[in-house]
Amino acid sequence: MLLIPCPWCGERDETEFRYGGEAHISRAPNPDAVDDAAWADYLYMRDNLKGVFAERWVHQAGCRRWFKLLRDTVSHRIIAVYKIGETPPPGSLPAGSHGGDP
Amino acid sequence: MQRYSFAALARRALGRHRGWTPLWRKAAPKPRYHVVIIGGGGHGLATAYYLAKEHGIRDVAVLEKGAIGLGNTGRNTTIIRSNYLWDESARIYEHSLKLWEGLSRELNFNLMLSQRGVLNLAHTLADVREGVRRVNANRLNGIDAEWLEPEAVKRFCPILSIDRAARYPVLGATLQRRGGVARHDAVAWGYARAADAQGVDIVENCEVTAIRTTGGRVGEIETSRGTIFADKLAICAAGHSSVLAAMAGVRLPLQSHPLQALVSEPVKPVLDCVVMSNTVHVYVSQSDKGELVMGAGIDAFNSYAQRGSFPIIEAQMAAALELFPLFSKLKMLRSWAGIVDVSPDASPIVGKLPIDGLYLNGGWGTGGFKATPGAGHLFAHTIAHDAPHPLAAPFALDRFTSGALVDEHGAAAVAH
Repeated sequence: MLLIPCPWCGERDETEFRYGGEAHISRAPNPDAVDDAAWADYLYMRDNLKGVFAERWVHQAGCRRWFKLLRDTVSHRIIAVYKIGETPPPGSLPAGSHGGDP
Repeated sequence: MQRYSFAALARRALGRHRGWTPLWRKAAPKPRYHVVIIGGGGHGLATAYYLAKEHGIRDVAVLEKGAIGLGNTGRNTTIIRSNYLWDESARIYEHSLKLWEGLSRELNFNLMLSQRGVLNLAHTLADVREGVRRVNANRLNGIDAEWLEPEAVKRFCPILSIDRAARYPVLGATLQRRGGVARHDAVAWGYARAADAQGVDIVENCEVTAIRTTGGRVGEIETSRGTIFADKLAICAAGHSSVLAAMAGVRLPLQSHPLQALVSEPVKPVLDCVVMSNTVHVYVSQSDKGELVMGAGIDAFNSYAQRGSFPIIEAQMAAALELFPLFSKLKMLRSWAGIVDVSPDASPIVGKLPIDGLYLNGGWGTGGFKATPGAGHLFAHTIAHDAPHPLAAPFALDRFTSGALVDEHGAAAVAH
């Protein structure tokens, strides 16, 4: 069971949230200009990291706002929480992730 | 290999059961193999067995980071069926079911296959339409399938509640009589024994830590037991597919999630078929020991932890009690989770990766156990010929670029 720190509402039970998958995946600014491989990469390919992972959550049964977590996918420990449009706290970004762009 | 038979059993009994030999050698890794398979679960061991038996490739190692069969092979709910909607899926799962049917004899190992029938319940009008459509699609693909009205469901599974006043009443069910359960550990042990007898090295406690590629080809593999060179490298690592592919610089369309299951205390025989429901989302069967084995859906978040959250179990038990009110007095003995690699279209990826000599059999998500013999058979063909078997061809990685998905998410029974 996860106790998730919503940046607006504080710590709440996991059942109040919905999962949004891997964070920092941006749609191409001009979708018509990208080829099939780049489009597949955006739609389907994921880092699926073992270890520290940047992911999106929405507080569905609360403030209904999206935010991001850095969470360890082995220990389930939550390392950092940050809002949409923000970058992860310095030094906490997982190695190998695409992280950084909002 | 010691052959098992009644005579062999009697002979050993007279000798006080001394002289039984281990099922497979504890092989130490050699510095070089033609084919290295990563993952000593059912899929990896089946692949090794069919490589040796069907293609004469015996210079094979199966690397297992722990011990044989302790990953998802030992963590699933042992259900076997082939009643998938789309032609591509129906063919691959039916291929597997046909192999299951002769496998105990072929491996000379009792897999305790019990074709007791699998019910997929319908609780809404949409479920009914989907179920009838799937029955028709299955029949067109030569797969046994029947549609049962509620009274017939009750006759087939008398302890199931078909109360019309229930919150999710049973409006009917699909039935695949050839579906059922098998002993999951035995599948791994049987394939390991048979592969070992053909000369395959089964290397346990050997974790792959790095994969080196040179000139777009696989080469050396770093492991916890030394460096191994492989002409061909095959990934059969289920939940860790992404981790291993990343070592070779390949990204996959997979997400790893915990899939939980649990068993009750053992009780006398009460349920002689497999009952699955997508809408209330639980699947139940009774093991030979008498435990009720139950599974449900994945935890939504990514995880490699082999444990999930309690609300999933709570929802699953609520669903089970809705269908079987008499289970309310049962105590649950233990629960666990396996890490499943889920693909966007709920179909597997079996084929070549964009690096020469690198192959993947993964993305089976929540439904890989039933596919064990078929996946191994088709994957071995793919490795041996460096080209996909026709049945595996629709499940190549490039379908995510071409858009030719095999979308079994909403189509077949979601629960595997």
